[in-house]
Amino acid sequence: MDMPVSKAGAIARRCEAIVDDLSFQAARDWKAAEPGRKVVGFLPVYVPMELIHAAGCLPLGLFGGGDRIEVIHGDAYYQSYICRIPRSTIELGVTGRLDFVDGLLFPFVCDVIRNLSGMWKVMFPDVWTKFFDTPQNFDPEIGGAYYVNELRELRADLERLTGRDIPDAALRASIALYNENRRLVRAVYDARAAEPWKAPAADVYVVMRAGLMMPVEEHNALLADYLAALEIEDRPRKDNVRVAIFGSFCEQPPLALLKSIEMAGCYVVEDDYALVNRFITEDVATDGDPLEALSNAYLRHSVETSCKYVPNEADKGRFHVERVKETGAEGVIYAAPSFCDPALLDRPMICGRLSEAGIPNMSFKYAENSGQMQPIREQAGAFADSIKLWS
Amino acid sequence: MTAAVKEPSMLLQKEMIAGNYEAITSAPETGRKVSSTFVPGNLNELLMCFGIVNNLPEINAIQNGMRRLSGDYIMEAEKGGHSEDVCTYVKADIGMMGRGNIAPNGKPFPDPDVLLLSYTGCYTFMKWFELLRAEYKCPTLMLHVPYTGDGHVTPNMIDYVVKQLKEVIIPGLEEVSGVKFDIDRLREILALSAKAEDDLVWCLESGKHKPSPIDAYFGGVYYIGPIFTAFRGTQEAVDYYTALRREVQARLDAGQGPTTPDGSVLTDQKYRLVVEGPPNWTSFREFWQMFVDEGAVVVASSYTKVGGMYDLGFRHDPADPLRSLAEYCLGCYTNRNLPSRVDILAQYVEDYQADGLLVNSIKSCNSFSAGQLMIMREVERRTGKPGAFIETDLVDPRYFSPANVKNRLESYFQMIDQKRRGANKAA
Ligand code: SF4
Ligand code: SF4
Repeated sequence: MDMPVSKAGAIARRCEAIVDDLSFQAARDWKAAEPGRKVVGFLPVYVPMELIHAAGCLPLGLFGGGDRIEVIHGDAYYQSYICRIPRSTIELGVTGRLDFVDGLLFPFVCDVIRNLSGMWKVMFPDVWTKFFDTPQNFDPEIGGAYYVNELRELRADLERLTGRDIPDAALRASIALYNENRRLVRAVYDARAAEPWKAPAADVYVVMRAGLMMPVEEHNALLADYLAALEIEDRPRKDNVRVAIFGSFCEQPPLALLKSIEMAGCYVVEDDYALVNRFITEDVATDGDPLEALSNAYLRHSVETSCKYVPNEADKGRFHVERVKETGAEGVIYAAPSFCDPALLDRPMICGRLSEAGIPNMSFKYAENSGQMQPIREQAGAFADSIKLWS
Repeated sequence: MTAAVKEPSMLLQKEMIAGNYEAITSAPETGRKVSSTFVPGNLNELLMCFGIVNNLPEINAIQNGMRRLSGDYIMEAEKGGHSEDVCTYVKADIGMMGRGNIAPNGKPFPDPDVLLLSYTGCYTFMKWFELLRAEYKCPTLMLHVPYTGDGHVTPNMIDYVVKQLKEVIIPGLEEVSGVKFDIDRLREILALSAKAEDDLVWCLESGKHKPSPIDAYFGGVYYIGPIFTAFRGTQEAVDYYTALRREVQARLDAGQGPTTPDGSVLTDQKYRLVVEGPPNWTSFREFWQMFVDEGAVVVASSYTKVGGMYDLGFRHDPADPLRSLAEYCLGCYTNRNLPSRVDILAQYVEDYQADGLLVNSIKSCNSFSAGQLMIMREVERRTGKPGAFIETDLVDPRYFSPANVKNRLESYFQMIDQKRRGANKAA
């Protein structure tokens, strides 16, 4: 007999349906509800969603087609040695599933997504398409000044798209809403780190991913409900080890993979899946110039991840080590998409730092359409066993 | 294997590169400081202002590829935990380090005094130098060059790069070298750069003639050697390009094609191609010979533009030195967005009266490769000329399959023949 679905479980199932829906009906409905509404999609890893929101548009997170889409056209655009996410994104485009999207932002993460921005310009000339670069110099006078101007340009582009100004006051209000969102997101992560048996990795994942496909106001309410539901959640506690997952910030693993890791005896207490809503780690200032505020948040309060240069050698991997300590993880699974330069070039450095700090770590590669879970379950299981044995 | 026959300019550039290796490996005795930096967007003129010797890791990887050492180095790096999926230039470099870091002249490379991370058009650069920095623990100067995603350079991009030059790169190089920056010295050097650039462009554009007196891909990698490495801004480079120009002019006057590795002169040119993407280095001669055997000459290529698109008009400008360096970095081929790359290649096919575009897609290189299939189709569509796609790698011998490449080339040439027959019939 099926277990009765708890309140937290019900919220997660609702979110899963949104994430699974490759026709993006929820976003289509939002757009259709009022004439003139626009949807602006974005790819991993980070865009200032506040600006899109302040423009009155729906920011729509696009993370490829997962394992639920048959890639037919996309493969004709990519060689076998390139990761999956661009080809399934092309598939979404050429099959008309994104025909309601008015604009698309391709943030800096790697040359694949960067080049995809140009492909989109050629293939979908009627869609407003922009490559969104973030600075790799973190001095407010240099990288900051450049970034504020880039944000100004993005704002002007969005104003052109909608035909409406984005006043500072509107942007501040959006920042406040996203601050609230980030606080709630952090609260969910904290709650999971405290009692991971109550919040399965796959559930937290869909709750976060769905949030990138709905208005932030709605997601804030949903997160508050989910937090309340977690408090009363009653699930048995297992003798699992606590792990953090890194390397999965762009192409996303299938849900089955997340579940396999847990079934293999690991509680996920930290991750960098679809990092966008945890990219900024503190509140963005709601006073002063809002573009400066967004820029400062990026320069000073953003996570260390592969799409950012680390200016000081000593700081490399520090963020990862600290997050492991803060969340009480006992080990790290570095799970990178196959052919992912950012994650795989970083892997020796990050894992090296973890090892230096005495944190057990293992790594494997996946693809968004990985089907065979057995090897991953075995690897994760062996890893969990080794932690139990040696700690 | 018999030694390859080379044109005099090829021998000259070989000597120059060998001279630079001497300068690098003798640094412990001469006391000169050594930098490592990348080819695209390299700031050779600036390094010269500080008397710093320029070591380019891609060039080392190429040398090791051609000398068939790279395969072992790559395996060494993979054994050390580097993924089989990432750029083999990085692994060839790291593997070489693991094997004693020996330069092509047989002497050990000194550790760099500075890593000049000119981050232009390739993500891998950033991680490559983070990896080297972890080994060498030396100062690392990052110059972030924004990507021209909308197809043009904006004032904000220029300001950002110039500011970094002024406030990060120049002070950093002053500190490493102990030499004070002299902008007039930079102007003098830039004037020499521009002179050599004029002659390089003339040579590359000679490919428009029929028969072409150059091979703009296989031969081209020799022609660009000095200007893309440690010689831009030197009198030596100016002299080299004057000599090269004379050599090309002589072939033009004689109605001759380029010299090929087996010593023949490819004057009977059946196919004229534009090639996109870097070459394969581990089987460079074999690869080239496949083209020669079919009577195919490359009349223009994008790889010869990674270190600057001088043929589109850019010249280093002594009147505005830092801005000019910024514009140079921003304009390198792989820093241009895909629509611009399509425009450039389609224009080459037209201007050089080519039979079509051949893409050599490199497994290592997402910067070049991600999107090349679309590029090929789009260029085909615009020019009405057939395209072809082959896949190899730069320095990983495991990814060069001669039989496959040969097959692909043969069917491509058949396709071109068919197209010509069709055109003749229609005419
Ligand atoms: S998965 Fe990795 S390589 Fe692929 S687009 Fe994302 S960051 Fe780039
Ligand atoms: S990825 Fe391409 S451009 Fe970058 S270092 Fe490797 S070969 Fe060069």
